[in-house]
Amino acid sequence: MAIVKRILLDVLKPHQPGALEFSQTLADLDPGYRVNLRVEEVDENTESVIVVIEGEDIRFEEIGQAIKKMGGTIHSVDEVEAEGSPPASSE
Amino acid sequence: MPLIRQIRSLWKLSQAGQIARRYFVTNGFDGALTMLGILLGFYTGGEVPLVVAISACLGAAVALGISGFTSALLSETEERKKELKELEESLVAPLEGSDYGKASQITPWVIAAINGLSPFLISLFIIAPLWLEEAGMGLPLPLGPLETGIAFSFLAILFLGIFLGRISGTFWLWSGLRAVLIGLVTAGIIFLIGGNT
Repeated sequence: MAIVKRILLDVLKPHQPGALEFSQTLADLDPGYRVNLRVEEVDENTESVIVVIEGEDIRFEEIGQAIKKMGGTIHSVDEVEAEGSPPASSE
Repeated sequence: MPLIRQIRSLWKLSQAGQIARRYFVTNGFDGALTMLGILLGFYTGGEVPLVVAISACLGAAVALGISGFTSALLSETEERKKELKELEESLVAPLEGSDYGKASQITPWVIAAINGLSPFLISLFIIAPLWLEEAGMGLPLPLGPLETGIAFSFLAILFLGIFLGRISGTFWLWSGLRAVLIGLVTAGIIFLIGGNT
């Protein structure tokens, strides 16, 4: 199965946890994850953020659960970069 | 997520720290002034058996503790429910299993415990000299147990004032003396009423 190397998510989240803690929590999911977060819009109770996660093998389910646990919701997956895994050796 | 960060996150999410501090001072002040009032009432009233004074103070301390716990629990639970509902409406998603959901369930209990324990423990501290005297372990002070209890009330009021000054960033001594002044005004009124009855 193809390996996901990069995803760009549009997320709606409460003000707390803040951008720093939110990114750290996602980055902590895997030692190889690199997280980039940009706040797009701030409302009274919520903020829209664009989260870019890069890694060797991104596990989307786990990321979705972590975001949900922090009170966020994924609006859309706007970009995905996937790489085909090499075929298993017959030897 | 490491456990410590999760606990810190829940504490931060719920903003329990500042609420708990506020409740600690508010209800602690209630406890200290109530004890001061009761002790001054006994003092102006004349000779009262120590055991009666201890029972009255302890009764008031328990009532203050339970009142603080239940009132904070009821009001904070409703307040948190309302906040969570508003946030869920903004996010258009349920927050039951999220950190927010957990924080809104745990926080009222933590705040209620602080709100209840604050006046109770401060009251116990104030009536400690009476207790020690009754148990035959009186403090080596040139004051009687009632007077020592009254002095302990002012000590507790001073401590709460200083604590308030520290958290608000104002000069601690001024904040402490201001609190003591409130205690002195209270004492003056009690003396005035007590002297006329």
